[in-house]
Amino acid sequence: MSNTDWAHIHAHPKFKELHRRKSRFLWTLMAISVAYYFLLPVGAGYFPELFKQKLWGPMNFGLVFAFSEFLVAWGIAAIYARHANRNFDALAAELQKQFEGSTP
Amino acid sequence: MKRKSGLVVAGLVAAFPAAAQGAVSAEYKWLTFLVFGVIIALTMFVTYLAARRVKSTAQFYAAGRSVTGIQNGWAIAGDYLSAASFLGIAGLISLYGYDGFMYSVGWLVAYITVLLVIAEPCRNIGKYTLGDILAFRNDPKTAKTLAAVSTITVSIFYLTAQMVGGGVLVKTLIGIDYEVSVVAVGVLMLAYVVFGGMVATTWVQIIKAVLLVSASLLLVFFTWMPYGFSLPGFLQAAVDNPGIQAQVAKLLGDPATAMSAQELGQRFLEPGLYLKNPIDQISLGLALVFGTAGMPHILMRFFTVPTAKDARTSVLWAMGIIGGFYVLTLFLGLGAAMNVGSATISGIDAGGNMAAPLLAQYIGGGADSILGNLFLAFVAAVAFATIVAVVAGLVLASASAMSHDLWVGVIKGAKATQAQEVRAARISSVIVGVIAIVIGILAKGQNVAHLVALAFAVAASSNLPAVLLTLYWKRCNTRGIALGMIVGAASAIGLVLVSPNMTYPNAVRTTNEPIVAARTTSIDAANAEMLADPARRAEIEARVVKLTAERAAAQAKIDAVAGQTRSLVGLEAPLIGLKNPGILSIPLGFLCVIFGSLLMREKRSEDMWEELYVRQNTGLHAEAASAH
Repeated sequence: MSNTDWAHIHAHPKFKELHRRKSRFLWTLMAISVAYYFLLPVGAGYFPELFKQKLWGPMNFGLVFAFSEFLVAWGIAAIYARHANRNFDALAAELQKQFEGSTP
Repeated sequence: MKRKSGLVVAGLVAAFPAAAQGAVSAEYKWLTFLVFGVIIALTMFVTYLAARRVKSTAQFYAAGRSVTGIQNGWAIAGDYLSAASFLGIAGLISLYGYDGFMYSVGWLVAYITVLLVIAEPCRNIGKYTLGDILAFRNDPKTAKTLAAVSTITVSIFYLTAQMVGGGVLVKTLIGIDYEVSVVAVGVLMLAYVVFGGMVATTWVQIIKAVLLVSASLLLVFFTWMPYGFSLPGFLQAAVDNPGIQAQVAKLLGDPATAMSAQELGQRFLEPGLYLKNPIDQISLGLALVFGTAGMPHILMRFFTVPTAKDARTSVLWAMGIIGGFYVLTLFLGLGAAMNVGSATISGIDAGGNMAAPLLAQYIGGGADSILGNLFLAFVAAVAFATIVAVVAGLVLASASAMSHDLWVGVIKGAKATQAQEVRAARISSVIVGVIAIVIGILAKGQNVAHLVALAFAVAASSNLPAVLLTLYWKRCNTRGIALGMIVGAASAIGLVLVSPNMTYPNAVRTTNEPIVAARTTSIDAANAEMLADPARRAEIEARVVKLTAERAAAQAKIDAVAGQTRSLVGLEAPLIGLKNPGILSIPLGFLCVIFGSLLMREKRSEDMWEELYVRQNTGLHAEAASAH
């Protein structure tokens, strides 16, 4: 459908750099987020005494941990978006500028 | 305020002689209809404006790819926050405390998967449907057929839960007949989708999300204000609340007798009152975290923005709105438990769905005040708008799969003019809409709550493995996605069919027969007491009415399974203890995609890999926003 040489772009050092930096960053964040999320049901299910520990008046560890899940989720999303907007988009834009000319 | 609460609760109980009347009392129904009318008029106006723009397929399926990131974020929240989130989670918290709040977390974390691995690639290589993504490297006809079948299956499960839940909800709130409200939801939703396509659907979802968030903020403001907006102060009030202490004592049974009032109250803020099986929790968590990213109506939202950056922005906004909303829900649930009382809430609806509406009525001044009824009317109208917006998104996703994937992609061999395809999409919307209405009416009285979890489990076990491996694994091919999607979906559905979610007549009898017997004994005892002490007649009579209602409810459950000994699939008892199949079916789906792909090499899917991978990462040749 198009005569763009995709194999050429795929092998281009700039694309390889984008791929390497992006995948390492992305899968690390994904692993952290999934692991952190599952600490909640695992903790509540298997370590109820820890979750019942009172920290601050009626606030117990379980409530603080559940709130922290929101902060971690928002934090990971914000870190990813900032990083992607700054670094990946710039690399992608360079590649676009360089190869957009090869459109049929 | 505290002292007033006892009076208000008594007032509420008096206002609901039977739930059949609806929560809104007859003299204030006009208020509810007025608020409904304003919301419907607003959305219809938006649809009218949209209908003039929707001429091309890009407009109908993807709103011309000109939705901004922020708008799309609100629309995703509107698409995602169903009545189950708004009313269901607040209800769970009002009845079970901490576990309800914990349950809400997975629904937010799900968006990390959407953001990191799905949103941008879908925007960069996608066109209108899940089928388009799968057909990029795989055999187009096979991929589109599979995607369409899967999209329609997942959407119908989710739709059924929404239609039945919506019908029950509208009946409980304003007393309109179940069938009438199902048809009303269906017709209204069809008007948006058929005339306004994705443009109108997007705006209906945005309007609904804004209404939902404003209603919740308003309620939380007034609920939290008496405690000077202090979190420990608010939580301490919950711990000190006698109603909450009584609710915990009721849930715990015998072990509660050894606990002090403070311990009982504190227990409400600790895990384990509702969610008993951690493995089931993890299994549900997996279905949410991986299923959301495979939900066709969510995926479809990423085709409406102009660039990958906007796709990212939209997830950020959606996560802010959805997460913020769940935090508010904690206050709504605890506030309802404190001010309305867990017993009153579960008395009107066993699932707790009336917690937020009743809290609204309380905050406005109670059942006899005009402000209280205005608040209740507003929340009822928001709940209605919520159902319509979610259903519209689902119907649009299934109709697109039917017209774009099946009719144009498979039957017409991708040869159809824009006008023909838009017409096909409108006809498909009507077909899906009518199916939704018919299923909604047929499923009246069925327990469909677990269908939501099943929809997520199927999406996580079938769609997500296929999409993820198509996007990120070079060797993935048609055979792989075919095997994975079929086995993933079939195993998720199959496991649920043999799980404790189904109705097992013998178990229903063993649970309910003792209840009937016990209530009969209590009624006889109460009647004897009444003879002995006529002065307490009124109080005892009220107790007898309650006991008789409980006995009738248990008897109705026994009668419903009379003469049966086996479940729908012919089992006397569940084969597995797991209610959520994800922990088994998701890995199975992934393994089958991998195994099927490795069986034989496929030239096209490997040849197309470099193009797909470059395009999804760079946005080269991505579908552009259409000019208008």
